[in-house]
Amino acid sequence: MAVLVIADVNGVDLEESTRKTVTAAQAIGGDVDVLVAGSGAQGAAESASKIAGVRTVHHADDAIYANRLAEDFAGLIVAMAEGYDAILATANTTGKNVMPRVAALLDVMQISEIVAVEAPDTFVRPIYAGNAMQTVQSSDAKKVITVRATAFAAAGEDGSAAIEAVGAAPSAGVARFVGEELTQSDRPELAAAKIVVSGGRAVGSTENFEQYIFPLADKLGAAIGASRAAVDAGYLPNDYQVGQTGKVVAPELYIAIGISGAIQHLAGMKDSKVIVAINKDEDAPIFQVADYGLVADLFKATPELIEALS
Amino acid sequence: MKILVPVKRVVDYNVKVRVKSDQTGVDLANVKMSMNPFCEIAVEEAVRLKEAGVATDVVAVSIGPEKAQDQLRQALAMGADRAILVKTEAAPEPLAIAKILKKVADDETPEMIILGKQAIDGDNNQTGQMLAALLGWSQGTFASKVEKADDGLHVTREVDGGLQTVALNLPAIVTTDLRLNEPRYASLPNIMKAKKKPLDVKEADDFGVDLAPRLTVLKVAEPPVREAGVKVESVAELVEKLKNEAGVL
Ligand SMILES: Cc1cc2nc3c(=O)[nH]c(=O)nc-3n(C[C@H](O)[C@H](O)[C@H](O)COP(=O)(O)OP(=O)(O)OC[C@H]3O[C@@H](n4cnc5c(N)ncnc54)[C@H](O)[C@@H]3O)c2cc1C
Ligand SMILES: Nc1ncnc2c1ncn2[C@@H]1O[C@H](COP(=O)(O)O)[C@@H](O)[C@H]1O
Repeated sequence: MAVLVIADVNGVDLEESTRKTVTAAQAIGGDVDVLVAGSGAQGAAESASKIAGVRTVHHADDAIYANRLAEDFAGLIVAMAEGYDAILATANTTGKNVMPRVAALLDVMQISEIVAVEAPDTFVRPIYAGNAMQTVQSSDAKKVITVRATAFAAAGEDGSAAIEAVGAAPSAGVARFVGEELTQSDRPELAAAKIVVSGGRAVGSTENFEQYIFPLADKLGAAIGASRAAVDAGYLPNDYQVGQTGKVVAPELYIAIGISGAIQHLAGMKDSKVIVAINKDEDAPIFQVADYGLVADLFKATPELIEALS
Repeated sequence: MKILVPVKRVVDYNVKVRVKSDQTGVDLANVKMSMNPFCEIAVEEAVRLKEAGVATDVVAVSIGPEKAQDQLRQALAMGADRAILVKTEAAPEPLAIAKILKKVADDETPEMIILGKQAIDGDNNQTGQMLAALLGWSQGTFASKVEKADDGLHVTREVDGGLQTVALNLPAIVTTDLRLNEPRYASLPNIMKAKKKPLDVKEADDFGVDLAPRLTVLKVAEPPVREAGVKVESVAELVEKLKNEAGVL
């Protein structure tokens, strides 16, 4: 048995989620290799070589992988696929973009966003916004899988795998990177933060986020999240959305402020260790999952909370 | 240019589904069904491209039961020109759906196919990418903006770090994210008109695609339930509990 993990490379750095996906790969069993694709991502390859239990790091260094466009990246993964019984990637926007393309090229059915490995061919995954957990057994010879990183612990960092260069696969030549608008922030990354402070529609404006939510997050060293309603209203950029169709988070502490608790939002945060909800409606569904609920006006309670933490 | 829009009939997003007691699936008896919300956004985008003079024809297609005609009629009422139902009582997996859609595309020769990024029942987020692979086309997934340019299609994508814009050669696949547009409600006159628009019904079995599932569902279980905790009376009590009881501060 051998498993290939597609490294989660952000620019030229290795994301922690790679180590979590390696843990999922180890649960499947056999030798675990990692593929790092990027442009000038030698540092990411070196970080990957330190992940405990990794046999070999394959490093494809080419300008066509700088932005991980699905058309070219999928071609590389398919070219590497021989000899592997399973290919895993983190279920982030890159993994979700690339892996189904890989699966179709290999004529296999992808198993999306697994949260547990029951056997080398059997996996658990949420469906219906996490309202049901499905256990599926795959009959495909090669498994193509995306992994919900929050469901797995990170593998250690005391490994010393060899790094082997691999050549680029031919470019599909059908897509081109034009530009990106990345959210700049000194705060922890939402998907990996220990504490997340999220605001909903009730926060009311970008200015109110800056005045009430940001200082609280900074006091706690927290990342900031939002409901779909807050993002749709333009209070915060799209990459702050937590939920079924946004990011899935599972921090030690999740503070939901002015969020009602729709199932689509709960799908993205209900595995948090401790949940706090501040909402002025005592019947808001968010209180059904909150460990600590405070029925209050957020514009009064949030400044008090910042004060109490000072 | 012709645009093909695959739409799926799914449980309405407001329904909290229940797992069947024998753990074979979720209970769909007498549950409200609707067009998948991301597919509504896909239809809306195609219709807007037609209204802007970029597209000439919008063809909606659904693979599903007889009843999926309701969702196709909705697409027609929103402004699609024609619809195709590929009938099957089985619920094929994304790979098989993509293979059927490829055959429909071979037949219809669209220049663009707009799908939802994700069906909210299976939460797979696969079909568009698979279809792009099978056709050998470019893909602009999780789109928040779609623009026709001289060098093809410019698609702005919602990615983890923010937004990414790619230029795609046509023909291309687009999958929709939430911010792409706000779908219209069909007006009553348009609902009436939609009844007269062409809707072809075909049999999935005639497509020569192997519909056998690759994944066997062994079990569908309730997620772990999270018990509601306590209500605190004040911010001071909250901070005290987070420090001393939960130990997270
Ligand atoms: C296809 C689809 C996908 C979706 N995906 C997601 C997703 O990934 N993530 C997501 O979050 N949503 C998602 N949604 C949307 C979801 O259904 C809800 O509409 C959304 O989560 C509501 O956001 P909200 O809680 O901020 O707003 P609301 O539901 O409007 O709640 C606002 C809350 O604030 C409270 N409030 C008002 N004023 C105050 C005050 N002064 N102080 C304190 N509390 C106050 C109110 O009591 C209320 O509970 C999706 C929907 C669809 C259809
Ligand atoms: N049975 C189907 N019929 C038509 N389109 C579908 C079907 N299943 C999935 N799709 C399309 O593929 C998108 C993504 O679905 P999925 O990959 O299942 O999450 C949907 O939003 C639809 O546009």
